Amino acid sequence: MNVEFHAGFFVFALLALAAASVPLARTPRGPVIIYGAAAAIAAIAALSGAIAAARGIPLQVRLPLGLPGIGVRLQLDALSSIFALIVNLAAALASLYAVGYGRHEHEQGRVLPFYCLFLLGMNLVLVADDAFTFLIAWEFMSLSSWALVLVHHKSEVNRNAGFLYLTMAAIGTLALLFVFGMLAGGAGGYAFDAIRAQELNGFAAGVTLLLALVGTGSKAGLVPLHAWLPPAHSAAPSHVSALMSGVMTKVAVYGFIRIVFDLLGAPDWWWGTLVLVLGGITAVLGVLYALMQHDLKRLLAYHTVENIGIIFIGLGLALAFKYHGMTGAAALAATAAIFHVFNHCIFKSLLFFGAGAVQTATGTRDMDHLGGLIHRMPGTSFLFLVGCVAISALPPLNGFVSEWLTFQVILLSPELPDWGLKFSIPAVGALLALSAALAAACFVKAFGVTFLGRARTPEAAAAGEVDRYSLAAMGVLAALCLLAGIFPGVVIDILAPTVTSIVGGRMPVQTEIAWLTIVPIAESRSSYNGLILFLFIAFAAYVAVYVIHRLASDAVRRGPAWDCGFPDPRPQTQYSASSFAQPIRRVYGTLVFRAREIVDMPRPGDLRAARFSVRLRDLIWDWFYAPVVVGVTTAADLLNPLQFQTIRRYLALVFTALVTVLTVVALWQ
Amino acid sequence: MRGLQFDIAHLLAGMLVLVSLIQLYQDRLQSLINVFALHAIVLSLSVAWQAHIQGAPHLFVTALIALVFKGMVIPVVLHRVIRRLGIHREIETVGGIGLTMLAGVAMVGLSMVVMLKVTPGADPIAREDLAFALSVVLIGLLMMVTRRNAVSQVVGFMSLENGLILAAAGARGMPLVVEISVAFSILIAFIVIGIFLFRIRERFDTVDVGALDRFRGDRQ
Repeated sequence: MNVEFHAGFFVFALLALAAASVPLARTPRGPVIIYGAAAAIAAIAALSGAIAAARGIPLQVRLPLGLPGIGVRLQLDALSSIFALIVNLAAALASLYAVGYGRHEHEQGRVLPFYCLFLLGMNLVLVADDAFTFLIAWEFMSLSSWALVLVHHKSEVNRNAGFLYLTMAAIGTLALLFVFGMLAGGAGGYAFDAIRAQELNGFAAGVTLLLALVGTGSKAGLVPLHAWLPPAHSAAPSHVSALMSGVMTKVAVYGFIRIVFDLLGAPDWWWGTLVLVLGGITAVLGVLYALMQHDLKRLLAYHTVENIGIIFIGLGLALAFKYHGMTGAAALAATAAIFHVFNHCIFKSLLFFGAGAVQTATGTRDMDHLGGLIHRMPGTSFLFLVGCVAISALPPLNGFVSEWLTFQVILLSPELPDWGLKFSIPAVGALLALSAALAAACFVKAFGVTFLGRARTPEAAAAGEVDRYSLAAMGVLAALCLLAGIFPGVVIDILAPTVTSIVGGRMPVQTEIAWLTIVPIAESRSSYNGLILFLFIAFAAYVAVYVIHRLASDAVRRGPAWDCGFPDPRPQTQYSASSFAQPIRRVYGTLVFRAREIVDMPRPGDLRAARFSVRLRDLIWDWFYAPVVVGVTTAADLLNPLQFQTIRRYLALVFTALVTVLTVVALWQ
Repeated sequence: MRGLQFDIAHLLAGMLVLVSLIQLYQDRLQSLINVFALHAIVLSLSVAWQAHIQGAPHLFVTALIALVFKGMVIPVVLHRVIRRLGIHREIETVGGIGLTMLAGVAMVGLSMVVMLKVTPGADPIAREDLAFALSVVLIGLLMMVTRRNAVSQVVGFMSLENGLILAAAGARGMPLVVEISVAFSILIAFIVIGIFLFRIRERFDTVDVGALDRFRGDRQ
C-alpha cells in the first residue's frame, strides 16, 4: 500500500467523520458512533506510527495541494512516528473514554465536529514536512481546540478563557511564522529539506531559537507564557482537557524539537542553559500554582505546566551536552525528555479522565465539595491513585523512570568543560528535586481531599461509579503506567532511533541486560530495575497486609473516636484543599504569590461569624501580562479618535502618510 | 529621432503636470471641469504618443477611452450636474490658493527627487514618465484634501487616476485588460459618487462635505 493512500486515508477519514458528526450529533446514538469511529481511526494511526517507527525508514509524500512550487509535503520519520504513536494512543483512549463520558454532554453539536478536526490538526502537525503545511496544521489545531474550549460559552469564565487562549495562540503562531521566515532565509525554501540545507549565522540562529521558544512554549505552557493554559484546559469537556493537556502540549514539544534540534542545526553555547533554566522555573512555579488550586481540573492543568518544565529541562540538557559534543549524555537527556513526554501523556490523560468521572458523578470539580469518593467510586479511585503515584514520580511506575533518567544526566554535569553549566545544572537539579517533592505533596492533596475522608456535600455522598467505557480507558492507561515503569528498557530502546535522529547518538541497548535492569551510563554508576522493585513492593505490601489481618487480633474493639481535637462531627471540619496546602503556601507562597492570610475575628459580643481568607496574587500576570494589557488598551484609546474622522481628514491622513513615505525614500542613504 | 521621440513624450507628460497645477489653481467649478477635460485630452495625447513610439496599438485604445470618457463624457455630465444642482459659486478651498500652489510645486519636486533616485538604471522615457505621473497623482490627492466641495473632490480623484494611467502607459507592455478595468472602475466610481452627490444634495441642500461633518456633530 502506498504512502499517499495512507495519508489520504487518515485525512479523509477524519474530515468525513467531522462532517458526519454534524447531523449525527442530534441523534441519541450519534456520539457513541462518532467517538467509536474516532477511537478506531486513532488506533489505526497509532499502529501505523508504531509500524513506521519499527521500520525506521522515513516516508515522504508530496501531495499536489497547497502553494504552487511547494505543494503539501508530508513525512513520517523517526521523530514524527514516535510522536504519532504517543499522540494517537492517547487520542484513541480519549475517544474510548468519550464513548461513555461524552453522553453526559448537552452540546454534542458543538463538541463532535471540532473533536475530529482537533485530532486531524494534531496529526497533520506531526507529519508536516514544509513550513506552510506545518503552520496551517498548527493553526488548525489551535482553532479547533479553541472552539472546544468555548463549548460552554454561556459562562463568562469560559469566554474569558477562550479569549485568552486565542490571543496567546495567535501570538505563538506569529512567532512561529517568523521562525520559519528566519529558517527559510533569503532563498525562501520552505520545504524542511531546503531549510536543513540552509546554514544560519549565530545571531540569526539565536533569534530563531528565542522565537521558537515563544511560539512552541506558548502552546506547551512554558512560564511565563502559561497563563492561558489552566483556564482553557479546565473549561473544555474532560476528554478534550485530557487531549489538550496531555497531548496538544506534546505536539508543541514536538514542534520545539523539530525546529531546534532538527531544522536549526548545531546549537550555540547559551541555548542549553536558557532552555534548562526556563524549564526549571516552569517546573517549580507550575507545581506551586497547582498546590494553590482547589479546582481539580485547574490543579491538573497547572501540573501540566510543571511537567512541561521537566521535559524542557531534559531538552535543555540535551542541547548543552550536544554543544559540547558529549553525545552519550545528550542521548540520555533526550531519551529522558521524550520518555517523560510519553509518561506525561499517559498519566495526565488518566488523571483528567478521573477528574471528568468525578465531575459527572458529583457535578462539581471543587475539591472542597468532594471527599469520601473512594467508597462510592472504588474503580475510579484506584485508577486515579495509580495516576497520582505515577505523576508524583514514585517507583515502580513510569514517572519515576523518566525523572530518574533526568537526574542521571544532571549528575553527569561535572564532566562538562563549561563552568557556567557546571554550576547551573545542579541548581536546576535542585529545582527539579523540589518540584518532584512538591508534586507528591500536591497529589496527596488532590487524592486525599477528593477521595478520602468523608463526603463534604450530599452530591459527593450520593456519587456513583462511572460507566465501563470510561473505566476501561482509565484501566488501559493505568496498565501502561505500570508497564512502562517496570519495563523501561523496552521503551528506551523504542525511543533510540528518534534520539539518534535528533542528537546523533543513542543510549546503550537496554533490553539485552539481564533481569530487565536499565543501566543508563555504566553499571558502576547507577542502575534501576523496576520489575524487582515492583515485586518487592507487592510482596512487602502483601506480607504486611497478611501480618496485620491474620496475626493481629480480629476481635472487635470499641473506643472513643479520635477527633483530632475537634469535637465537631461535621465533614466541613476535615482538612480542606486550602488548609492542606497552608504550610507550603506559608513557606513559598508568601514570596511567589504574595500570599496574605486575612483573619477577620469579630470582637467579643459581635455575633457575625469569624472569617479566614487567603489572598493570592499572580505575580507573573502582574509583571508580564498586566503591562501588555495596559499598553494595548492605552494605544487603542489613543488611536480610537482615528475611527471618527471626517472624509477630508482621512484623505489628509493618507496624503500625509504617502508624502512622509516618499520623503523618507528621497532622503534615504 | 530617438531624442525627438523622447522630447515629445517628455513635453506631453510635462504638460500634464502643468495642467494639473492649473487645475489646482481653479476656484470655479465650471472652469475646473473644463481644465479637467483638457487634462484628459493631454493624457490621451501622451498615451497615444507612447503607443506610437512603443509600437503598441492597444495603447491607442487606452488613449481613445481617455479622450472619449474623461475628455468628453464625464466633463459634460459634470457640467450638467452642477447646473442641475445650481452651484456656480466659488469653491471653498481649505488653505489659500497660493499656499496650495506652493504645496503642489513641492509635490512635483518631491516626486522628481524620489523617482530619479530610485530608478537610476531604468529606461529614460519610463523614468521621466514615472516621475511626472507620480506628481500628477500627488497633486490629485492634494486637490482632494484641499477642497470641500464634493464635485471638486471627484475631479481630483479622476485626475489622480489620470496620473496612474500615465504611469502605466510609460511602462512597456501594459495589457489592455488593465486599462479596461481601470476605465471600468472609474466609471463605477463616477456613478457611485454621482449618486452620492445627489443624495447629499437631497438631504442637506448642499454638496459641501462639511455639511456631513456638521450633521455628525463633528468639528470643522
